[in-house]
Amino acid sequence: MLTLNGRELWIGYALVIGSALAIVAPFLWILMTSFKFPIAISTGALWFSPTGFNYADVLFGARSDFPRNVANSLVVGAVSTILVLVIGTLSAYSLARLRWARWVGRLFLGWTMLFNTVPVLTIVGPWYLFFQQLGLYNTLAGLIVAHIIINLPMTVWLMMTFFRDIPVELEEAARVDGCTPAQAFFKVILPLAVPGLIAAGILAFVFSWNEFAVALNLTSRMTATVPVGIAQFAQQYEIQNGQMAAASIISTIPALLLMFFGQRFVVQGLTMGAVK
Amino acid sequence: MGVNRQSATPALGQGGNGVRAEAKRKKQSDRLFRYATLMPAVIALVIFTVYPMLNLLQMSVSTITFAHGGAVWQFTPLANLAKLRDDSVFLATLRNTLVFVVVSVAIEMTLGFALAVAVSALGRFKGLIRSVMILPILVPPVAIGSMWKLMYNYNFGIFNQMLAWFGLGPVGWLSDPNLALVSVIIVDIWHWTPFVFLILFAGVEGLPREVIEAARVDGANNWQIVRKIILPLMGPAIAVAFIFRSILAFKVFDQIFLLTSGGPGTATEVVSLLLYRVFFAQNDMGYGALLSLVVIAMIVAFLLGARRMVAGRA
Repeated sequence: MLTLNGRELWIGYALVIGSALAIVAPFLWILMTSFKFPIAISTGALWFSPTGFNYADVLFGARSDFPRNVANSLVVGAVSTILVLVIGTLSAYSLARLRWARWVGRLFLGWTMLFNTVPVLTIVGPWYLFFQQLGLYNTLAGLIVAHIIINLPMTVWLMMTFFRDIPVELEEAARVDGCTPAQAFFKVILPLAVPGLIAAGILAFVFSWNEFAVALNLTSRMTATVPVGIAQFAQQYEIQNGQMAAASIISTIPALLLMFFGQRFVVQGLTMGAVK
Repeated sequence: MGVNRQSATPALGQGGNGVRAEAKRKKQSDRLFRYATLMPAVIALVIFTVYPMLNLLQMSVSTITFAHGGAVWQFTPLANLAKLRDDSVFLATLRNTLVFVVVSVAIEMTLGFALAVAVSALGRFKGLIRSVMILPILVPPVAIGSMWKLMYNYNFGIFNQMLAWFGLGPVGWLSDPNLALVSVIIVDIWHWTPFVFLILFAGVEGLPREVIEAARVDGANNWQIVRKIILPLMGPAIAVAFIFRSILAFKVFDQIFLLTSGGPGTATEVVSLLLYRVFFAQNDMGYGALLSLVVIAMIVAFLLGARRMVAGRA
């Protein structure tokens, strides 16, 4: 690699340390805000006596919908992730290995690429009408379906790159030993693709947990998710800054857990498709 | 099903019909598995993406009103086109989106590349930097919006407080029409430079060391190595990061919704926000559908162009 010396070394350090601080600082600011009383927030005091008031109000307040938002987000995230992994992994394997005619793969990937590229709000309009017809509007089931569809392209692409890395010889050996294709897949290939499943599962859950545009428009009070709840704090006539900060901090918990415990899989998932 | 070695060795070929029937059965089960694995995804996509997209066509020539808890469709093919012709907000929106995408992606690419090369060259804090850089990507964009809304606050935000230390300001970061778009772009740069960094860092770390060593032995300085060797070798990774970022920047919604909701006026109105407003604030499903189709057409054109660009590089 490059060897830096003298001035270049200083520039390098300044850039790297400066960027790291710039990324962390806003988190610290909102963390600090979340522990302030409203009066301390509105005076911008840098020194203040910390309080758990905002967290208590968000989590246990009589008027607060936030606990329900968290529960909804967890249900939608968990169920949609499991289902998208099942559907996405099967189709990824099918496309990667089961010798479909070329146009099938191209059409599938081309369509998912297009769908993933257009702003999701182009389809939320038709979904709104369609989900009302189906009785899915304003239900968790409807949001689960929407999140499955949104995460499907990413899951398929990611799992395809994993399946392509597994040597074909393994399947051929399994087939020669008398496995059916299904047995070869479930007993030989799938166990090897577990790291891919974890990476795709983590990303799918995070995207579902974070997703805002669809949840905003297809849910209402009882079915709203965490991001919708946070936005409500910001939308009210008098912005509830403290509550908004506390709810935002709570919403970053999954991301923090993943940063500490699942980083390898996240980096793999985010960069894999890109580097290949 | 039990393991049957005979079926796997038809070349020995003494079984005659039995073996052939077995082979045929096997082929059928192969076929069944092939369809069973792909069909759930295809069916889901057809019902929930192809059908709604086609529905956009019908919606775009209709006026849809809501009565008795149901939607009432009227066929009014020209009404929506007339709205599009007279819609000055749509043009402002396209202009804002274009500025937003071009400026933020250009800065993110430059910063991300510089950072990737710097971290790799320093050879220290790699793990730490990567952990820090993952955070903005995983956090809900809405949380990022509220974070920056607090920092940009006119009365108590950190930026105006810092300006006050120098006797300056206060500045209306989100309320000044000339500044709001810049403020929103700054948030995007903060949010997504880490993503560019992660992709380009993986690329830099994967470069062949011998080539760089050879160049150094031949007397190239660092700047020359970066420009003549690292940059060209990173072409594919850069192209991927660029395309990903352009697409995501074009789709931006959550943070701007939180920060400015498109205001003041139309200063930060971008495509996704306009679609939201037409569909769900004005409840104009028909015109929203027409706008959606226009946006999709522009994206198809972009995708075809991007494919050419990638093909040209490869």
